[in-house]
Amino acid sequence: MDSKLAVQGVYKVFGGDPREALERIKRGEDKDTIFAETGLTVGVADASFSVEEGEVFVVMGLSGSGKSTMVRMLNRLIEPSAGSITLNGRDITRMSRKELIAVRRRSISMVFQSFALMPHQTVLQNTAFGLNVSGMKREEREKRAMEALDAVGLKANADSYPDELSGGMKQRVGLARALATDPEILLMDEAFSALDPLIRTEMQDELLRLQSEQARTVVFITHDLDEAMRVGDRIAIMEGGRVVQIGTPDEIVRAPANDYVRSFFRGVDVSHVFTAGDIARRDQLTVVERSGMRLRAALSRLDQSGRQVAVVNDRARVLQGVVTVDSIAQQLESSVGGKDGDIESAFIDDPPILASTPLTDIMTRVAESPWPVPVVDDEGHYVGAISRATLLLTLDRQDPEASEEEASHGA
Amino acid sequence: MARELPIGEYVSDGVDFLLDHAQGLFDGIAAGIEFVSGNLTDLLQATPIWAVFAVLAGLGLWRVGWRFALFVLVALYVILGMDLWEQTMDTLGLVLAATLVALGIGLPSGVAMAKSDIVAAVVRPVLDFMQTLPAFVYLIPAVLFFGLGEVPGTIATVIFSMPPAVRLMNLGIRHVPVENVEAGRAFGCNGAQLLFKVELPLAMPSIMAGVNQTIMLALSMVVIASMIGAGGLGNTVLTGIQRLDVGLGFEGGLGVVILAIILDRLTQSFGSRSTADSPLSRLKSLFSRGSEESSKG
Ligand SMILES: Nc1ncnc2c1ncn2[C@@H]1O[C@H](COP(=O)(O)OP(=O)(O)OP(=O)(O)O)[C@@H](O)[C@H]1O
Ligand SMILES: [Mg+2]
Repeated sequence: MDSKLAVQGVYKVFGGDPREALERIKRGEDKDTIFAETGLTVGVADASFSVEEGEVFVVMGLSGSGKSTMVRMLNRLIEPSAGSITLNGRDITRMSRKELIAVRRRSISMVFQSFALMPHQTVLQNTAFGLNVSGMKREEREKRAMEALDAVGLKANADSYPDELSGGMKQRVGLARALATDPEILLMDEAFSALDPLIRTEMQDELLRLQSEQARTVVFITHDLDEAMRVGDRIAIMEGGRVVQIGTPDEIVRAPANDYVRSFFRGVDVSHVFTAGDIARRDQLTVVERSGMRLRAALSRLDQSGRQVAVVNDRARVLQGVVTVDSIAQQLESSVGGKDGDIESAFIDDPPILASTPLTDIMTRVAESPWPVPVVDDEGHYVGAISRATLLLTLDRQDPEASEEEASHGA
Repeated sequence: MARELPIGEYVSDGVDFLLDHAQGLFDGIAAGIEFVSGNLTDLLQATPIWAVFAVLAGLGLWRVGWRFALFVLVALYVILGMDLWEQTMDTLGLVLAATLVALGIGLPSGVAMAKSDIVAAVVRPVLDFMQTLPAFVYLIPAVLFFGLGEVPGTIATVIFSMPPAVRLMNLGIRHVPVENVEAGRAFGCNGAQLLFKVELPLAMPSIMAGVNQTIMLALSMVVIASMIGAGGLGNTVLTGIQRLDVGLGFEGGLGVVILAIILDRLTQSFGSRSTADSPLSRLKSLFSRGSEESSKG
């Protein structure tokens, strides 16, 4: 009961008496069979998840997978056929109409894909809609609405009408209207899907900024993986009415539960999900474990392995430096009488990458480096190295098997 | 000669039965309608002519534009010049009273239709009946129930003109975007709030189209209603027909047309423009636009 919002075994069946369909779902029949044999549509089947205070919980899935149905059951715009939904430990599904209206006015508000503003009202009146409905005095509600408009940067447009605004501005009003009632939970059903890509990214940033100022509990619906990974703290993936996987973005990217989940990542830009540590591999570079090694010994190690570059660690696996065949040979030549020296003397100036760096930020570095670039963790421990080939393979995830293999290597 | 289906006999039996047993009800209805249309007509007749000019031209200026206001002034002057002022005010009173009654019954019925598929299924054929049954057919029972005069005329007009108001109210509410209704509910509207804060405002263009249609249909009943003694411009036309006086008939017809144009443009303007506009802001934009237009013209 610690979760802000807990969904337990929730079902929604459209089109008549749900019992028959519920029986069949429990027997394991799928949505299409049930529809063909009973004419009932399964919107959501056996969904369970919990949303923690202050997190952005994303529900993702293809069209028709039940996302809208799911989110509308959270404020009972759609009545669940079975299951419980608890907000702060109180079961919403058992509330009377009056209690439900109170919850909608105070605790849960919603942002819509088509904005759903009232065309006959000004931006300010639209923003104050929820407060107006709950009977707040005009002066007070307009003051609060103005604050909400200020928060989304639309104070100057308070007296405009919705049809005078661009799509992005309209959705800011939608957002302000939802924020004005100071809800505990914000439901956003494809709130940014109707916007063009640039504005869409801008609105995602806006949401992230608002979250950084005051972390609200948000349930965010989208069918777009990039969006899900940008805004989501955790993602639930729905398929045919069922929740098939729940996890943080990188948990899901690293270990997709099935082919359906995996199919989302095809052609998706994963460079901001993976970090250097995720794809660094141990077998890219020769590792010299004793920092006290002499130059000639190191050279013969490299010779044996047939590699050009070695990393030098101390006994605690903390990276000391990087040597190359060339740098050792140079050192041996320049030393008086070819005298064998300390391996430290052949270290080249090639700082390692931190394991937590996102791939986006290491691309140039790896691409320009003649050899795999070593990666260290926050304590300086050697984690592995990233070659150009590894990086390219990861970015071009045409073959899920190969990238999965890589991901597990990195772990 | 006995027919297999003597529907006509059933109907006249039914009317007889109602006449015998429900006269009180009809008296009540008659009194109500008498009250509305009588008062309205009296009010219009008592209003000084210049005030009618001022109000209609003012409305025209506010809602439509200065050209239309000018038209209103000229058109009313024509009526005055034809010496049909009294008849025109009678007709206007009848039309407005019939419209008020039609809307008073029709708009709530439209809401009920939109809210319930069962009500819609029941009401729709009734509306079809009201719209297609030739008006002369219910003029007869109207006279039987209410006698001759303004009241049966108003009632016949109400029956004929009400359907579009019902239909367009129903249509307007049903066509409010789903997400707007959801938004209303999601922010905690109860039933009445949903209707008044979301559905009616969003259905307003459709509702106003219905009101406009109702007024136009009411005007088109003017001549027929005068056959059972409703008076007004319809009477002028009727007299023209009876005396084969083409000129008189035309004058009466012209009066009806003028009323129709004025009422049509005024009600349409309420449908197409945001009714949330304050008169003040309209007035402001009017002056800026007015000067633009006049500089163009
Ligand atoms: N009112 C309804 N009556 C009957 N079936 C419905 C109703 N609403 C939704 N459904 C069905 O429930 C299933 C889930 O629909 P839902 O709208 O929740 O999907 P979604 O994931 O939001 O899809 P989209 O991305 O297209 O919005 C679909 O098969 C849909 O046809
Ligand atoms: Mg949807």
